[in-house]
Formats: sequence, structure tokens, C-alpha cells
Amino acid sequence: MDETPELSLKASPEQLLYARILEKGMFIGLICLLVTFAIYTFGIMKPYVSLDRVSCCWAMNVTDYLHQENIKSGWAWLGMLKYGDFINFIGIAILAGVSIFCYLAIVPVLIKNKDRIYVVLALLEAIVLSIAASGLIAVGH
Amino acid sequence: MEKKHRLWVSGFFLFVLFVSPALAETPAGGATADSHAWWFWPMILLIVTFIMGVFAVLGGVGGGVLFVPIISGFFPFHLDFVRGTGLLVALSGALAAGPGLLKMNLASLRLAIPVALIASTCAIFGAMVGLALPTNVIQISLGGTIIGICVLMLTAKKSVLPDVPQADRLSTALRIYGVYQEGSTGQIIDWKIHRTPLGLCLFIIIGVMAGMFGLGAGWANVPVLNLVMGAPLKISVATSKFLLSITDTSAAWVYMNKGCVIPLMVVPSLVGIMLGSLVGVHLLKIAKPTFIRWMVIAILAFAGVKALLKGLGI
Repeated sequence: MDETPELSLKASPEQLLYARILEKGMFIGLICLLVTFAIYTFGIMKPYVSLDRVSCCWAMNVTDYLHQENIKSGWAWLGMLKYGDFINFIGIAILAGVSIFCYLAIVPVLIKNKDRIYVVLALLEAIVLSIAASGLIAVGH
Repeated sequence: MEKKHRLWVSGFFLFVLFVSPALAETPAGGATADSHAWWFWPMILLIVTFIMGVFAVLGGVGGGVLFVPIISGFFPFHLDFVRGTGLLVALSGALAAGPGLLKMNLASLRLAIPVALIASTCAIFGAMVGLALPTNVIQISLGGTIIGICVLMLTAKKSVLPDVPQADRLSTALRIYGVYQEGSTGQIIDWKIHRTPLGLCLFIIIGVMAGMFGLGAGWANVPVLNLVMGAPLKISVATSKFLLSITDTSAAWVYMNKGCVIPLMVVPSLVGIMLGSLVGVHLLKIAKPTFIRWMVIAILAFAGVKALLKGLGI
């Protein structure tokens, strides 16, 4: 079996597409994170947990922290975007979520190439990451 | 020049060992008032993660593996938040490097996809276990793991071009092979892998550990891809880095949804590590990597022992 004729020094189309989306997502997420952090720390938007209080919270475990500050876990932060601290989650969510879009974007390319196994693997990965992102998996101390 | 670098390394070592614990009056695990201004710890975090980023590059390790043991050992943050932040630190490093490595065809998407599916699924399980177990159990396990990583770093050999006489059936069916040009010699190198089932099984363990401790898993990815599966070192390192962007994503979501993300910790850490990595890449040309690698191993070992003692309540 000789696979060499199929090989190229250049990355495959689906790999390049994945890279382009990942790059854009990374830049958007990072810029978003820096801007929202500046808004938060310069006090342009009032935080839910004041900056002075945060340093009293980070030494306790997450369950106690959420309970003491009355913060709901999961995607509840979407309903708290009027606060300076919670807007930072937009950038973090973009950084953590961009891979899902990368996987979904390469599926049509893989289908076009009749690469059935990788279509299934890419869809499975997108499902796994979406389940993780959904917050359906709840654990605690 | 070598003396200058040794001073840098020693300075970092001394800072971590003596300055941080002296400042961290608050023992992790209990909520007590911190007398410092709100910006104090984020600023220290920015400085330490910047230095960490420099040494991560020079020492050939990922930011996450340095971040979790050092920050949890010497800073007043609870391990829950350190692990959440550690995953985001490792994730951001992978996101920054991933696109370039994919475009250069050094990271292989075909190799990464099946591996990532297993590792990311197991990382979710690891994160769930890590968040469900008592903190002291995690501290002890983290300490043991970090010491194990030190042993691995000291003993694991690397093979630039492993000998793969024949690709196994699974990797052939998945068409996991490729070609790349060695930059230093211009040589075109065909590569293929073997022992794929064994390699995939090992990624179950790697995924669980990455999720449980919030460590990036480059320290384990590279030996498995390179020594077990037989991918060339460059392909292994690049694919491992890209792989973290997927493995750590799944675990990061679990930690984020649980509430283990405090922006005042995350943003300075991300910025510090990223800026430090940029400086580290420039210093790589003139630095003495062997000495720095030894120092990184020494710091990690110390942080591992510290985590063990902390977990045991000593």
C-alpha cells in the first residue's frame, strides 16, 4: 500500500478552514476579553461582586463562593451581563466555544470528500463539546 | 549571557519560594478577609504568570502544568478557581498557537480528531470527578501527579523520527499519515503511525487527568504521540499543542459552568502567560535550555511536594 501520491506538503482544505475559524475566534475572544476586563476594572460598569469583595471570595471553595454571593452557576451569567464582572464571560465563552464552530464548519468539506468516518468523528466531537458547554453536566463538592 | 539567564531563573525561583508564600497570608480553603487592595493579587499573578510564560517556552512545557501547582501552592486562591483558570490558560496558549501550526501542516487534524474525541470526552469525566472529590484528595493526587511529571520529564526520551516499519490497520483506515518539510535540512519527511489502539487508550488517562487537575496535557500528549504512536517529534509537539485547544475546551466548560472562573484571576493570568510566551520565544535563540529545563523540573518538584503536604495538612 503506497499512500505517498495522495500526500502534499500543504494542509488539507478542511485543516485550513479549521485554522482560519480558530484564528478568528481566538482574536475576537481575546479582544473581547481585554475590552470587557478594562470596562470591569476601570469601573465603567458596576460589578455584581465588588472588586474589594472578590479577594475575600477566591480563597473559599466554589460552592461556598456561589452560595455566599448568591450567584447561579451555568449559563445564568447571560442574565447578568449588566454587571461589569459578568461581561468578561463573553470573551471566555468565545474562546471556549470556538472549537465547536470549527468542527461544524469542516463537516460539509468532509462530506464533499466522502470522508464518512471523519464526518461522524467531527459531529461526535461537536456534540461532546456542546454537552460540556450546555451545563447539563452538574457536579459539586 | 549564561550567567544573566541563571540570574533570571534564580530570581524567579526565589520569588516563587519566598515572596509569594510570605504574601499569601490567607490559607486556601477558608474565606478570610484579605488586607491587600483588590489589584494586589491580580498584579502579582500577572507578574508571576509572565515569568512563567517565559520559562514555559524555554523549559519546553505548557503553561497549564506550571500554573496549577505553583499558583495553588503559593497563592491564596482555592484550588477550584486555580484549576478553572489553569485550563483557560492552557486553552488560550493552544488557541494562539493552533492556527499557525495547522496552516504549516505541522499539526495534523487527521491525527488530532480521533485522539481529541477520546481525550475531550474523558476530560469531562475527569473534571466531574475533580469537582466532586474533596479538595485535600485532589491536592494529594495533584502533588503525586506533578512529581510523576517531573520523573517523566527526567526520564522520557524523545525520538525525532521514530521508526515505524508499518502503519497499523486502524491508522491506515483513518488515513492518519502525512508529509512535512524539515526546516533545518529541507528534507521532505513522510510519516505514519502505529500502535494506534494503544495510543488512543492512553489518551483516556490523559483526558481524565487533564480534566481532574486542570493541567494542560502536553507533558503526556507528546510522549504518547511520539514514543508510543511513532509520530515525528515535530508533528507530535505541534499536534499536542493544537490538541489542547479541544481537550481543555471540554473540561474548561465544566469548570466554567460550575462557577470556577473569576475574571480577576483569569485575565491577568492569560495576559501574563501570553506576553511571557512571546518574550520566551525571542529568548529561546540565546537561552541555555538544558539549565532552564532543570530549573523548571526543580520548581515543579517543589510545587508537587508542596501540594502533597498541603493536601495532607502538613
